[in-house]
Amino acid sequence: MIAEAGLAALWLAASLALLQLALATLGLAGGKSDLLGAVRPVAVAQGVLTAVAFALLITLFMRSDMSVLLVVTNSHSLKPWLYKFAGTWGNHEGSMLLWVTVMGVAGAAVALFERALSRATHMATLGGQAAISLGFYAFLLFASNPFARLDPPAVDGQGLNPLLQDPGLAFHPPTLYLGYVGLSVAFSFAVGALLTRQVDAAFARAMRPWVLGAWILLTLGITAGSYWAYYELGWGGWWFWDPVENASLMPWLAATALLHSVTVLATRDSLRAWTVMLAVVAFSMSMVGTFLVRSGILTSVHAFAVDPERGTFILALLGIYIGGALALFGWRVGAVREGAPFELVSRETMLVVNNLLLSVILGLVLVGTLYPLLTEAFGHKVSVGAPYFDRIAGPIALALMIVMIIGPLTRWRRDRIREIGRRMAIPLGVGGVIFILLAATAWGRIGILPFLGLVIALAVAVGSVAPLWKRNLRRTPLFTWGMVIAHLGCAVSLGGMACDSAFTVEKLVAARPGDRVETAGWTLRFNRIMPIAGDNWTALQADIEASRGAEEPALLHPQSRFFASPPTTTTESALLTRWNGQLYVVLGQEADNGRWQLRIWWKPFVTLIWFGGFLIALGGAMALIGRERRGWLLKWRARNAMGAIA
Amino acid sequence: MRSWLIWLPLALFLAFFGLFASGLLHPDDRIIPSKLVGKPLPAFALPAAASDRPPLASTQLATGGPRLLNIFASWCVPCAAEAPQLMVLKQAGIEIDGIAIRDARPDVDAFLKRYGNPYARIGLDARSEVQIAMGSSGVPESFIIDSKGRIAYQHVGDIRVEDVPMILDRLRNAQ
Repeated sequence: MIAEAGLAALWLAASLALLQLALATLGLAGGKSDLLGAVRPVAVAQGVLTAVAFALLITLFMRSDMSVLLVVTNSHSLKPWLYKFAGTWGNHEGSMLLWVTVMGVAGAAVALFERALSRATHMATLGGQAAISLGFYAFLLFASNPFARLDPPAVDGQGLNPLLQDPGLAFHPPTLYLGYVGLSVAFSFAVGALLTRQVDAAFARAMRPWVLGAWILLTLGITAGSYWAYYELGWGGWWFWDPVENASLMPWLAATALLHSVTVLATRDSLRAWTVMLAVVAFSMSMVGTFLVRSGILTSVHAFAVDPERGTFILALLGIYIGGALALFGWRVGAVREGAPFELVSRETMLVVNNLLLSVILGLVLVGTLYPLLTEAFGHKVSVGAPYFDRIAGPIALALMIVMIIGPLTRWRRDRIREIGRRMAIPLGVGGVIFILLAATAWGRIGILPFLGLVIALAVAVGSVAPLWKRNLRRTPLFTWGMVIAHLGCAVSLGGMACDSAFTVEKLVAARPGDRVETAGWTLRFNRIMPIAGDNWTALQADIEASRGAEEPALLHPQSRFFASPPTTTTESALLTRWNGQLYVVLGQEADNGRWQLRIWWKPFVTLIWFGGFLIALGGAMALIGRERRGWLLKWRARNAMGAIA
Repeated sequence: MRSWLIWLPLALFLAFFGLFASGLLHPDDRIIPSKLVGKPLPAFALPAAASDRPPLASTQLATGGPRLLNIFASWCVPCAAEAPQLMVLKQAGIEIDGIAIRDARPDVDAFLKRYGNPYARIGLDARSEVQIAMGSSGVPESFIIDSKGRIAYQHVGDIRVEDVPMILDRLRNAQ
């Protein structure tokens, strides 16, 4: 019954989306913005129904209902409850249901909480959201039904990919999806504003919190995913330029650009067409990423639903939504008046440069990801790997970081180069000193990109707090603090990346129990190998004592794990975190006569990469709260003033 | 704003859309005749790319074939997808030698540990010199070397499950 109820909820939600679209179209065509009062409850009901359907699928997984095909192919009764729970979205159908749930709930939130938008644009936005949802409902109901039954029921399930049996899976995909799909709201806003021709500062102020919210979650999701890959894949790397990772990076780059251009539109009423364009591009990148991953058109280590037929379906959705939105853009944007002009030397210009650089990186990542496809069109199948992305995206990202110092120190509307130079003196001085110090000590020993990365990271770290210079800190608005913290996070993250590639010490040894290994100031004592058993796996676990100087020795337990269903081996790395870095130990194969392969890395300051990512998201959250609070305060004061007059 | 510029995003998207559609419709149209077919291998002697496999030199491939020469890299994702097919070929009794492109020994070791090691010998081509000399433009690629050390067939891209019978057939005919 649960499966049937879930399917019914899904059909009902789809029909409500159709009703929502019809009502919004009617209201818009007839110029009756009163219909918004009818569209809103429909949007809320649709959101609730998708959430119910998703909750019912979770219930099926938790109960290990082996009469449901999806549970049989992706779960097992012996799995720990957390992985049964997380297994709900660790597969194609479940993750697509999560997709429509996020779209539905986001639509309901826009219906409930959006107050700043004009009634017509609000209605058009909800209509747009319903239109996109409809395509994905069709995809779920006709091509990937998560509630399909299996008759007769199976005795037990086939398990979940052991790589995915990690606490990380419980949190990373939903966060990422909330951000990824949350960008659909920005897309709908853009479509709505194009339909009503109301692209202005008020529209930007209304759209900004939604973009910011999606962007914060996307940032957190990518950061968590990177850390997960780092400790789960056991390669010591934190970014692999895999198509799936790029699929989450591309919407993030577009959303980051959008976040900055929407600020220009909200503050100065400039960059109207460009901001609308970016809002369309950001969610388009989410959809393109999904298509690339699900269609099997590119080979990826993450690919879990390679099916050309589904690919055709998603491609059709891409054509309709992206093609439609871009056609609407071409048709309507001519009617959008040019925004306010600005001088060449101004914060607006710096933000345009920021947008251009982000767009260039986005383009390069897109081309690199699609390169196998591009060359295949000419008869080859070639993959460009990490070396391409590092070499191409690295320098532009560094240039972007330099702009990040200058931008916040430049005034809106117009400024003088001399003045900017004066404000830049301290960050530039710090960068210069670091450059000389590093050049004197490490020239030629570290690569050029890590070298520049370290210099720029420290300069940005100083530059990012420079906007607070000589300000009354208690009266500085929370959103300014948010910008400072987010930019500081970028510097921290870049510093971690540069330290990792410049100073990581790696050692591969074959050791017997009882042996001692010395590396990078650490002494590792390899005590023994012992078998241990977990919930649904067995493992060989090494017992290693690591000590440094006078420090208390710490125990490390890297494992080689064997899963029974499906039969797979994974490596569980062991990490020891210190303030200045991480010791990363992986247990490899048994070599010869009782010796075991151990891979040991000392990674100085590597944790800064993810700490920086967290800071970026925190900065975003501060900006979001700061802006919203200011809106409430203004409204509250206005109401009080009205009350006083009355 | 100039009017053609407004339509540029749509035009770009349509170009990508066409690319995606052609990628979906013709997934396997990837055989190109190589100019090097029938010619002997270029001379090379590469250092070992993995800790437990010997190095590779062209003189070792001059006699005793036919065999498969696979060009791969630990950072290349299609190579990981290709690995099970190489293991199948190895189990069918084919001798497979490898050349790792722009790679490092620990990375190759990790890759082989993870995806299996079908190779008899692996050479490290750190600067793609041998790869370029062999007329290969990317990874993965595979060459069938006949019993006299000549290139009998060049396979661009990953060997997929459905390619395995064809590869076996060509190996049998490449005496």
